[in-house]
Amino acid sequence: MSAVATTSKFKENAHDALTDARLQGALVHARNFTVRRAAAAERLPEFEALRDNARAVKDHTLAHLDLYLEAYERKVVESGGQVHYAQDAEEARRIIIELCRSLGAKSVTKGKSMVSEEIGLNQALEAAGIEAVETDLGEYIIQLRGEAPSHIIAPAIHVTKQDVEQDFRKAHRDLPATRDLSEPEQLLAEARSVLRARFLAADVGVTGANFLVAETGTSIIVTNEGNGDLTQILPKAHIVIASIEKIVPTLEDAAQLLRVLARSATGQDASVYTTLSTGPRRPGDPDGPSAYHVVILDNGRSSMLGGEFEDMLRCIRCGACMNHCPVYQAIGGHAYGWVYPGPMGAVLTPSLIGVAEGGQLPNASSFCGRCEEVCPVRIPLPKMMRHWREREFERHLSPAPFRYGLGLWAFFARRPTLYRFATDLAARAMHLAGRGKGRFSWAPLAGGWTQYRDLAAPEKTTFQSQWRAKSGAVK
Amino acid sequence: MAGEKRGGEVSAREAIFANVRRSLGVTGAEEPRRFESEARLAKAPPGVVPKRGQGGAEARIATFKAEAERAAATLAEVAALAEVPGEVARFLRENNAPATLRMGTDQRLATMPWSVTPLDILHGPSDGHDLNAVSVAFAAIAETGTVALVSGADNPTTLNFLPDNQIVVVLRSDVVADYESVFVRLRETYGKGGAPRTVNFITGPSRSADIEQTLLLGAHGPRRLHIVIAG
Ligand code: SF4
Repeated sequence: MSAVATTSKFKENAHDALTDARLQGALVHARNFTVRRAAAAERLPEFEALRDNARAVKDHTLAHLDLYLEAYERKVVESGGQVHYAQDAEEARRIIIELCRSLGAKSVTKGKSMVSEEIGLNQALEAAGIEAVETDLGEYIIQLRGEAPSHIIAPAIHVTKQDVEQDFRKAHRDLPATRDLSEPEQLLAEARSVLRARFLAADVGVTGANFLVAETGTSIIVTNEGNGDLTQILPKAHIVIASIEKIVPTLEDAAQLLRVLARSATGQDASVYTTLSTGPRRPGDPDGPSAYHVVILDNGRSSMLGGEFEDMLRCIRCGACMNHCPVYQAIGGHAYGWVYPGPMGAVLTPSLIGVAEGGQLPNASSFCGRCEEVCPVRIPLPKMMRHWREREFERHLSPAPFRYGLGLWAFFARRPTLYRFATDLAARAMHLAGRGKGRFSWAPLAGGWTQYRDLAAPEKTTFQSQWRAKSGAVK
Repeated sequence: MAGEKRGGEVSAREAIFANVRRSLGVTGAEEPRRFESEARLAKAPPGVVPKRGQGGAEARIATFKAEAERAAATLAEVAALAEVPGEVARFLRENNAPATLRMGTDQRLATMPWSVTPLDILHGPSDGHDLNAVSVAFAAIAETGTVALVSGADNPTTLNFLPDNQIVVVLRSDVVADYESVFVRLRETYGKGGAPRTVNFITGPSRSADIEQTLLLGAHGPRRLHIVIAG
């Protein structure tokens, strides 16, 4: 079993998120990402060509995944490291706990890793009597709060600085109660000094990997804080947990993906620390871990190869799709109910935990297409959400109003003339209903949405009829 | 193989490979696939490389400086390696840092005239209590203003992360255009398919924006990155 999901309650979760004023205040900050990504893309003339090639690198790798995995494994062993395979979350947790026990580990520091969230590693370590300390500032904050990340690159984006102050006062009881923690600078300084001690005391460091390079047997992590590096160089052992699709053939291929990753994620040309790790400490090295283990996780991914969701395995976890998603912007990440939120989560979650649990997520879309426009590896996210919807529809798992609405749409979609007539009519009616404000707060079959959000009122005519009028083509 | 001691892991490995191959509709023995993947590993084609970092030595250095500054690093240029200690002492003094400096046993650092400065020099890896450290870069990348450092007997990796003030010496002849040029140099030094334990690509000082997306320098790593271009 993986991390616990509340995905089947997506509708209730979303409702709660929309009425949570504190959350709505915090989510405002998520919008900075879109501006920064656009500026970074603008600054690099080769950005679109890099996206095309990033997609090609991933497609090539997936088509030869068995061979590159073999090559990668050979190189890790050659450089003195060990490779372990886990078919599912349970197996991955067991391997990591056994490794920690064999090393006599009492304390484990962790770099930020979505795969470790996916397998619920922290809870398992704690249950085994091993202390797990998240070291990425955002991950540390949510660990103190007992929460899951709400964003794949900004895990605490739903938290305000007042929340962090309260959490730190509760957790760091040995520090003077009178200290000033009103500003982010002071909060960061406190986290830095508290965590510095934890880094130095840890027995094992666990990191994820952005890429695993077959050519050299290297794992690559990308951070801005430097926490992933302190996690892996100070303890006696470094354990990497990564899923099978993180493999890339060569260092050059990794560079292609790195160039689109940071720009799509935070709008930086390069993250501060891009670290290549190959095996354990070498003879004569004055520091670094004495043991190096890689745990390679499948957890449902190998079954996605060759099928209609294979494209999703190109994902490099940049977060751009959620940053640009109007649904994510409105409800945040927790409403999605499992590890991966936003459009990428809506596609990946049903693949990994099953359509019965995750099948509502692909409805969390307005099909505006922004996610696909910004995805650095050009994953057709809306199309894949539609695939899931169709499957879910076939299985009759959808709530009745949704089935009814989609059925009606399908009826009209097969009859274009009738569809144009009906939507023209509806647009006129809705334009009237929203007159004066340009938006209206009620729409048929959309109660769950418009109860908390005003829907933009459409123009008097539909896009199709405007297009026909402007292009002069009547079809 | 690592897991062969554990019966369960071997079967996990086999099951994963079998499922990957079943999904892809292959056996793993097909010659054209093997040929294609082995050729890619052997040739490492470069893909799309941005123009930004390209150019002659002076152009590369100018781009490197501009990009490193964008990433909030500070820079200085000195004419000769012998002038590095004076510049390092000036930088530490101006930032009110204590007059101590840790370094590895890198020959190029060892031959610099540190005794002309008031700095107390310490050697070896950091235990987390050093405020200042200096290292020599393996290369510097113009494209993104990035320094590349490699671990080894002379170069402790801890110096790149534990001190507050990280100082990196870059030789003028080591400023390359792009990441691909560093990979070429790595292969020259460590052999094709080889690599040091750690390569650190570092672009500016440590930072975090995890609290309300407010960007702050000096998260877990150095608060300052000072680059001295020399030679
Ligand atoms: S689906 Fe695309 S945009 Fe979304 S996280 Fe993955 S790579 Fe980024």
